[in-house]
Parts: sequence; C-alpha cells; structure tokens
Amino acid sequence: MPSLIDFRRRIRSVKNTQQITKAMKMVSAAKLRRAQERVIAARPYAQTMREMLANLTAAAGSAENAESPWLSRREPKRIDLIMISSDTGLAGAFNSNLLKAAVKFYDDHKGAEIFLTLVGRKGRDFFRKRPSNILADYINILNRPTYAEAAGIAKEVIRRYRDGETDAVYVLNNEFKSVMTQKLSVLQVLPLEVEGSATPVAQDYIYEQEPLAMLEQLIPRYVEVAVFRAMLETVASYQAARMTAMDTASSNAKDVIEALTLHMNRVRQAAITKEIIEVVSGAAAAE
Amino acid sequence: MSALNPELLHLQVVGPERMLVDEQVSEVQIPARDGYIGVLPGHAPLLSALKPGGVLTYVAGGQTKKLAVYGGFVEVLATSARVLADGAEFGAEIKKDAAQARLAAAAKAAEQISQDTDQQAAQDELLRAQAAVEAAS
Repeated sequence: MPSLIDFRRRIRSVKNTQQITKAMKMVSAAKLRRAQERVIAARPYAQTMREMLANLTAAAGSAENAESPWLSRREPKRIDLIMISSDTGLAGAFNSNLLKAAVKFYDDHKGAEIFLTLVGRKGRDFFRKRPSNILADYINILNRPTYAEAAGIAKEVIRRYRDGETDAVYVLNNEFKSVMTQKLSVLQVLPLEVEGSATPVAQDYIYEQEPLAMLEQLIPRYVEVAVFRAMLETVASYQAARMTAMDTASSNAKDVIEALTLHMNRVRQAAITKEIIEVVSGAAAAE
Repeated sequence: MSALNPELLHLQVVGPERMLVDEQVSEVQIPARDGYIGVLPGHAPLLSALKPGGVLTYVAGGQTKKLAVYGGFVEVLATSARVLADGAEFGAEIKKDAAQARLAAAAKAAEQISQDTDQQAAQDELLRAQAAVEAAS
C-alpha cells in the first residue's frame, strides 16, 4: 500500500507535467495564429499565378509547342516526391499519418522509381532507415519558412524535370483545415494540370513576349510557390495538431490528478479510521 | 465601391509572401521586360514579363508611390492591373544606405566576369539593386 507521502509526490509530478503541457499548448496557439496569417497572406499570389498559368497554357498549349520540356507528357517512370514533415514531435498522429501516406504513395506508384526531397527531421529519420533514394533533406528550416528557402528546395527538382531526369513531381504534406483537423494533400505539380475551374474568361491579350517563353518562366515559379505553400500549410497544421495534442495531454493530466487525489483521500481516511479503531479498542481493553 | 469607375484602375501587386498593393489608382508605370509601360484605365488586355529589377510607379489619390519590383509578370485588363512580383518592396521602406551598399556589391560582382560567377545572375542582381536605390530616392 503506497503511503500518503507517495501519493503527494505523484500528484505533484503530474501537476508539473500538466503545467508544461499547458504552456506548450499556449505557445502553439500563438504560433498557430501567426502561421495562419502567413498562409492567408500567401494566398493571393498563388491564386493570381494559377489564373495567369491557365491563361498562358491556353495560349501556348497548341500542338507545335508540345515538345517543350515543360508541356510534354512523359510516362511517369521516375517520380520526384517532395515530402514535408515537421522537425519535432509531440503533435499526436501528425507525422505518422504523413508517413503512412508516403508509404501508400510508394504502393500506388509501384512501377516507378521514386526520388525523395525531404523537408523536416521526422520524414528524414523515417526514410533514412529504409531503402529509398533521398536526393536532399532539409531540417530545422520550418520555424519560419521564407520564399527564398522554398525556392532553394525547389531548384534542384525543377532542374531535374527540365532536363528530363524525372517525369513527374509531387508534393506531399499536411494541410491546415481547422484547428482540430488536418488534411493530407498529395499534389501533382508537374506535369502541369490546369484545373477547369480556373479557366479564364477568354481574353484577347497582347502578349509582349511569346506565350511559351513566358510560360517557361512561370512554371518554375509555380513549383516554388507549391513548395512554399506546402511549407506554410505544414507549419500551420503542425501547430494546430500540437495544440490539440497538448490540450488532450493537459486534460488527461487533470483526470489523473483527480483519480490520484480521490485515492489519496481514501487512504488517508482508512488510516484515520484504523487509528480510531485502535484507540477505541485499546480503551475498551483497558476497562 | 469604385470598382466600376472608368476613371480608375484596380492595381494589385502581389509578392510571394504578401500582397503589397490593392488600391484604385489613376495611373501606373510598369517595368516590363521590353521597356516601361504606362497604363491608364481602359488599356488593352496585355500580358508581359517584368524586368528582373525595375521601379513601378503609381498614382493613387493624387499621391505618387514607388515600388522596387524584382521580376515577375503583369496582367493588364481594362479596369485592372495585376502584378505578380517575384519580390517587391515599397520605396519608402527601403533603407537607402543598405540599397547603396547592395548596388556597390552588385556592380563589383558584375564586373568580375570570367570567374565562377553566373553572369546572368550578376546582371539581374545589378538591376535589382539599381531598382532598389531608385525606388528609395
């Protein structure tokens, strides 16, 4: 039977843990707000770019340009996958869901050779232990991702695609849906798929440069933007997942403290009752 | 609002990390690749790449503002102009000293030919630095 002092110690220890998880939750909440603002601030650029891309593809997408490395479609034998995980854990199933999706990606593309570009320590650690082709890994850059960093990550992949060393480029990451939920997103960046909804009102543009030339300039930027956006989304959803996980941990700690306190009081009462019985029966014996 | 006002042009300048300008303007000068384009409301639809470094000037509410724009694209429609900038800074936010230093460094880098420096990149950087200095002044 643990004594009272043991209970007190355990309760104190759980309380300490609870304070830490509560603090972590607050920190994540603050970081989440900032991350969300950045996601929103980056949206108009991506939107404008998609619309211009749709325009230019419509203008340049004629048969004579099909030879361009950017527009030609090759059978996807070699695929570049850019996967963005987080550097640290304590965020529930955030990274394990992502890694599961990565494994599924391998299953879905069995015939192809997959080359990885990994952002975030968790993803790197996972794939380092497995047979895989890792082109590059980037760790400790997700604290405050900048566009320049995203461009640096995308650079090699863009070059590989242009030179025909890879046939398709995908980005895999967690996307921010709400504080409670993250959505996994697997986006095919290249070859370019211009979604039907973005089809612009037919405009009779004056093209200052050849549409194809502009498109060839715009597509690499598009890849950079996709990586940048994925990084921002990852940061936001990671902080959200962490906040939720820490909230759960705090309330679990509260439950444990309640259970322990109840138990401790029982033990205390039992000790008191026992003493009273001893006193009473001692007195009765002395009579 | 005045979205349909034929006297004004809806100018948007978006950078990768944020939107810099979202205003009704009466006139804008855009540093397109093949030279500056002056755009007034009612301009013919146009798509163009931008100079790797140039100064965008616009007039809103009688005030003239300058932006250093570091490459990108522009789309002009009759009532709107959208600039998709690879990077951009407000002239008023650029530190003059830093911009001057950047220009000096860029000029130096551009002079050292032959070596392992990428000539195109050096020239672009020079243009960007010039744009920053010009916009700051």
